[in-house]
Amino acid sequence: MSRISCKDYRSGSLEEKGSLRIVKETLFRLLLVAAAITSVFIVMGIFVSLLLGSWKSINEFGLNFIWSSTWNPAAKTFGALPFVIGTVSTSFLALLISIPFSFASAIYLSLYLKNGWFSGLLKFSVELLAGIPSIIYGFWGLFVLVPIVRSFEIKLGFIPYGVGILTASVILAVMIIPFASSMAAEVIKLVPQDLKEAGFAMGATRFEVIKNIVIPYAQGGIFSGILLAFGRAFGETMAVTMVIGNSNAIPKNIFSPSNSMASVIANEFTEARGDLYLSSLIEIGLLLFAISFIVNAIGNRIMKKMDVKK
Amino acid sequence: MNDMVKKLKLRQIQDKLFTAIIGIFSIAMLLPLFFILFYIIKNGAAAINWHFITSLPKPVGQTGGISNAIVGTIELIGIASLIAIPLALFTGIYIKEFEKNKLAAAVSSLTDLLQGVPSIVIGIVCYLWIVLPLKSFSLLSGAVALAIMMLPMIIKSTYHSLRLVPESLKEASLALGTPYYRTVIKVMLPAAASGILTGIILSVSRVAGETAPLLFTAFGNPFMNFSIDKPVNSLPLLIFNYATSPFSDWQKQAWGASLILIIMISVLNIISKFMEHKWKTTY
Amino acid sequence: MENDILRIENFYAYYDKTCILKDINLKFAKNRATSILGPSGCGKTTLLRCINRMHELSGGASVKGRILLSGKDIYTTEPMIVRRKVGMVFQKPNPFPTMNIYDNVIAGYKLNGIKLKRSESDRIVEESLIKADLWDQVKDNLYKRGTFLSGGQQQRLCIARALAMKPDILLLDEATSALDPKATSNIEKLINQLKHSITIIVVTHNIAQAARVSDYTLFLFMGETIEYGKTSELFTTPKDRRTEEYLTGKFG
Repeated sequence: MSRISCKDYRSGSLEEKGSLRIVKETLFRLLLVAAAITSVFIVMGIFVSLLLGSWKSINEFGLNFIWSSTWNPAAKTFGALPFVIGTVSTSFLALLISIPFSFASAIYLSLYLKNGWFSGLLKFSVELLAGIPSIIYGFWGLFVLVPIVRSFEIKLGFIPYGVGILTASVILAVMIIPFASSMAAEVIKLVPQDLKEAGFAMGATRFEVIKNIVIPYAQGGIFSGILLAFGRAFGETMAVTMVIGNSNAIPKNIFSPSNSMASVIANEFTEARGDLYLSSLIEIGLLLFAISFIVNAIGNRIMKKMDVKK
Repeated sequence: MNDMVKKLKLRQIQDKLFTAIIGIFSIAMLLPLFFILFYIIKNGAAAINWHFITSLPKPVGQTGGISNAIVGTIELIGIASLIAIPLALFTGIYIKEFEKNKLAAAVSSLTDLLQGVPSIVIGIVCYLWIVLPLKSFSLLSGAVALAIMMLPMIIKSTYHSLRLVPESLKEASLALGTPYYRTVIKVMLPAAASGILTGIILSVSRVAGETAPLLFTAFGNPFMNFSIDKPVNSLPLLIFNYATSPFSDWQKQAWGASLILIIMISVLNIISKFMEHKWKTTY
Repeated sequence: MENDILRIENFYAYYDKTCILKDINLKFAKNRATSILGPSGCGKTTLLRCINRMHELSGGASVKGRILLSGKDIYTTEPMIVRRKVGMVFQKPNPFPTMNIYDNVIAGYKLNGIKLKRSESDRIVEESLIKADLWDQVKDNLYKRGTFLSGGQQQRLCIARALAMKPDILLLDEATSALDPKATSNIEKLINQLKHSITIIVVTHNIAQAARVSDYTLFLFMGETIEYGKTSELFTTPKDRRTEEYLTGKFG
């Protein structure tokens, strides 16, 4: 049996000497730490760069930047209120439109049909929807949805722009449904089986179990799911840019053309002449960054507490 | 008693109604998907032919192609992957292996937050970091923007896949006298490979369709470009420029480009699904 | 004791500030099997993991004292080299899921980047599998993943993997606790075969198993050596009251 040990491999004589191993080991650990620190620097760097880039505009306009409604590059006055309103109204409207759909499909997927072809189709479609790039949603919205909205506007007696807040909201809603739906399904799946069974054992119908047991149990997760979906809609750029109408005035109603914070950056950034103009656009970017930071921090914290795997 | 029976009937009707309503909403949710796919396939298929895929864009009136955008998309994704994959892989290993460390916790939550940062903001930052100093829109700046967007997904998938590797496997390797770094590279990473690769492919499929971060970085270019410091075209940029142009000819080409983009993304998603199941490590 | 291969002198092990092993002084005989018995939490696994320097891998772990392997202090030797000389088999079978059976057996060489000639590695694989009593069952499936094997076969594959490194000592950490009775008795048989050519140290909570496989038995309690001697003597005439109570099932 001892034929094998003609050489003593175990002593490491053929392999790395101890000191070499320690060098490699240390290098490996350093590499890991360096990568981690780089990742931190990137996120910090994004914040710092945005802050420095918008310094001119912050200095010039201060808090007025958010409250002023004049965005006039020629006069070098920049107020972001129309875009804040545009962003908030499209996101909220989109959320309102999407909630029944995402909620229904989430319940369907997590409680009614866990298997079967229809749930398979639903899951597959949700994934497919989530994979379509936003530029294609915008493109489709521009050529299909805009004419539909325009004919509605004619019927209702509004100016038939076609593009505007409503159109943007519908497109946004279609985009956030798959995200919100899969998030809500994850949360609802966390409701313990025995709780639900206890409800059924008492003679409750499925509807009653959902209303009285599932939803109260999952409400924290559902809330943070809504918050995260809002965060998505908030920063969405391309689809909105293509159908919102790109008007820098404060919108009068949901049919008015408008601009969101993201879409004004997309439209004007490369054409911005002058430091103050560019700086103001960067400040809008900073606002987007800050809001997404807050929304996601709260949403992620709740999700983590509930131990939801994203 | 009669009252109770009546009430029970009512409750059952209420339950049926609820089932019907959520069923209808779930189906209604699918409609836009079919609409969108239908439009893209119908209009896109009409635009696609060999000439369309292999030739460069031409002025309005002459039939051009989108070859530069297809190549540009591949260039952007390739360079972005070269930057993002090693960085994200090592970061992911770090947060798994040093989980109790404060830095790891910080990196982990910052990664979550980075995932939520609007892509247009990444575009602005890469403009400030790379376009301004180089004084030109460039392939490099676009690739960096996409790389930053890929980071969180790959970091998270690396972390979650490594967590699924049982600690006993790591111990088995160490007990054979394997140094720590070899244990990570030769035992833990291969065991987690299917999950990590799935994450990488999904992140590629996600950034393949990104437009906003490229608007002020890669910028777009009607010609073929292979140099890292020149602007480059990509499929989403081309779709944006053509779709918003007033020429029906270009709009038609935008449908074709959309179909190609969707096919690319779907293929990537199918590959990732396949890998998730077929290559899964069983313990 | 005749011909010791391993000596533990004034040895202490800590986890953070908790002292897990107190002043351990032991000698282990060459080519014999020794069992370590004791109630859970007595430090038996820690003692085992100190012998191949695995204990220090958990955060906050530290040790004091000396462990001499063939007269050389393992705590002044490279841990990687110590672990190659002291093989370990774990509670749950843990073959490498990404490797086939053949590669699993020579994993110690592969992972350490030691290049072997094909004929040489073939011989190591065959001999190790024969020693682990697995060769006949897997010789036609050497290039299949090890994960399709039964639990007992997987554990013997892990033993073959450890034997392939030609260790001086083989440590078994409750190696049969995840196995069914049939597989357990096969492993016990294997230990009885192997102990003539290699030093074996077994941690177990199964008193009968200790009696069946070991020449010597150590009884640990609250991190201290209570009694250590020939298995036959310790089981029939325990000197300490606590040993007797443990063996008769009064606690533990």
